[in-house]
Amino acid sequence: MNAPARGVAPLLEVRDLRVRFESAGETAARAVEGVSFTLARGETLGLVGESGCGKSLTALSIPRLVDEPPAQTSADSSILFRGEELVGASQQRLRQLRGAEIGFVFQEPMTSLNPVHRVGDQVAEALWTRGEVSRKQAKTIALELLDRVEFRDPRRAMRAYPHELSGGMRQRALIAMAVACEPSLLIADEPTTALDVTVQAQILELLASLQADTGLALLLISHDLAVVSQVADRVAVMYAGRIVETGTARQVFGSPRHPYTEGLLRAVPTIDGAGGSLAMIPGRVPRPDAWPSGCTFHPRCPYAWDRCETDEPDLREGATSSGWVGARCWLEDEPAKRSGTGYAEVDS
Amino acid sequence: MTVSPLDFLLPGVRSLGRHPVQGLLTMVAWLTLWALIVLRRGRIVETFSGGAFDEWLAFGSILVGLYIIVRLSRQMKTESPRRSESQRSLAWSRFRRHRPAMLGLGLVSVLAMAALLTPYLAPYDPSIQGADLVATRFRPPSLAHPMGTDHFGRDVLSRVLYGGRTSLAIGTLAVLIAVTLGTLIGAVAGYRRGWVDTVSMRGVDLLLSFPRLVLLITVVALVDPSIAVITLVLGLTGWMATSRLVRGEVLSLREREFVQAARALGFSGPRILLRHVIPNVASPIIVAATLGIGNTILIEASLSFLGLGVPAPAPSWGEMVARGRDAMIEAPWITLFPGLAIVLTVMSFNLIGDGLRDALDPRSAGRGPAPTDRRAVGGAGATRAVGAASGAIGS
Repeated sequence: MNAPARGVAPLLEVRDLRVRFESAGETAARAVEGVSFTLARGETLGLVGESGCGKSLTALSIPRLVDEPPAQTSADSSILFRGEELVGASQQRLRQLRGAEIGFVFQEPMTSLNPVHRVGDQVAEALWTRGEVSRKQAKTIALELLDRVEFRDPRRAMRAYPHELSGGMRQRALIAMAVACEPSLLIADEPTTALDVTVQAQILELLASLQADTGLALLLISHDLAVVSQVADRVAVMYAGRIVETGTARQVFGSPRHPYTEGLLRAVPTIDGAGGSLAMIPGRVPRPDAWPSGCTFHPRCPYAWDRCETDEPDLREGATSSGWVGARCWLEDEPAKRSGTGYAEVDS
Repeated sequence: MTVSPLDFLLPGVRSLGRHPVQGLLTMVAWLTLWALIVLRRGRIVETFSGGAFDEWLAFGSILVGLYIIVRLSRQMKTESPRRSESQRSLAWSRFRRHRPAMLGLGLVSVLAMAALLTPYLAPYDPSIQGADLVATRFRPPSLAHPMGTDHFGRDVLSRVLYGGRTSLAIGTLAVLIAVTLGTLIGAVAGYRRGWVDTVSMRGVDLLLSFPRLVLLITVVALVDPSIAVITLVLGLTGWMATSRLVRGEVLSLREREFVQAARALGFSGPRILLRHVIPNVASPIIVAATLGIGNTILIEASLSFLGLGVPAPAPSWGEMVARGRDAMIEAPWITLFPGLAIVLTVMSFNLIGDGLRDALDPRSAGRGPAPTDRRAVGGAGATRAVGAASGAIGS
């Protein structure tokens, strides 16, 4: 998914990322299979997909947080961060980048804080370990950070232990830690999944406002289309370890090109009931050690024909009147095949 | 509450109304320490004119003891305004409700204080024999010799006191060595996994397959035993169980999100291990260490009983029991008091260990320990100590 050239190198460029898990006597599980995308400074990219489609693995691969072994990243994969190759980079260099340049927010706020240390100490630790500020200065900055992530009583939050905070508050603290060193890239892996809806909205607003303040680029991973559509500039839809559709958020959600995206969108209920009954994508995501032949989505695709079973389509991207879009689907060649009723509808 | 001079003259007296037991205990401890200063003023003066290290240690302990009493009694009155509570302080409040454990803690405090203050407490030099051996040996307990004298006319009370400090010192230091070693090895094995884990854990399996006492006897037979050697050897043979325990905990902790988050912040391996992983294993380590002290004291006593422990004439409980067994019928006090000391010490540490386990185990949080269960566990620890000691006496 090469964004249109703007004369500036992108902040992050992932090219042909392949991660597989190999275990003796079993077929290798090709969990991420040729993922490519770019992310410009200050941009928000939403990575959407069902559980098990490889989106978290893709996210963890960027700061090289995947344990190898058991995982194996193909030597041809390339992750360029500010022009620097991260695949095969030294552990020392990666440690410098993690936290300082690449922030990471995890899915589980309940368990992502160390239960034995005070929240303030944990936020401060992210700062003073780099040796650029003293512990005392780090505490002052930590207090400012907690204030910035909208704690009502930051002083009290500094002294609190994680078990004294609610899920939303913990996620704020984790975001404070992730942005403490002012990284240029923030990867948020399902940051709101464990939170209830009202808190979700607050956290998303917080991320957006941090982004507006500091100009950081945000890679937002979620299975929740609503979350992604709220904040993302661009969206990439993943299925079975591959990106199957990309485009602007408006484009992808407004007029999806890939049958999988179409199915996902039609499975989301709307509050006014517009759009009729809900659709259901039959079957389930195949196991990564047994991707189907041809197009990996063909067993579940309502439009599939024989070509889909044998040949795997490429992700073909290009400029259209409505922006830079692409889909990994043979329908791009033969739009006439998109016919019939499509997905079966469920009674609602 | 305001500060009154009474708090420094007789701390605890003003808490009597609200906390009668604590207040009374505080007063007793306070008065005991002052009584010691007054009664032993001659010895204390000697300390200042070129006293040995252990006398300075004893004097320092008195001062620290007095300070702690004042602090505790002030804390008792200004009971906490609700502030941020760590899991540790929650555990402490659970521990305080555990009566057997508090009893154990009290006994251990008394024992530790006695060990530190031995030079002032002991009425006689532990290795000085009576001038007239025939007249002074095998004296039954009396005012001059509260625990009687042994077959060399030495004061048993003094020897029990001096033996206690040896036993406690060896027990705590050996466990400190064992737990440090076991924690580091176990944590690294669990965190790094792979060949590091395999090599170290197979090593542990190998070492654990030797009976510890046989291993100890072999080592002590090869090297001349001294207090330092015994401590080191006990420490170096006691770390395996801890390392297994820690490794198991670390294996599951390393998969926890906060360890991932620490890695994502660019923290180094040693930092993650020391600051984020190991503190989370503290609870089982503390429990294992407390139970380990009692066990180590018991093993040290067994070694001494076999004549392989602390070399004579330094007193040691095990050695006293062993020496006294010839005269058990005529002079039972020679074995009774050191045997009792072993039982009391080991039992106290076991009680504390049980209480800590209940207080620190999150699964028992809130529910509190089931009373029957607790008694069974405490009883088992005590029975084991009694059994071992009486076994030692009997043989």
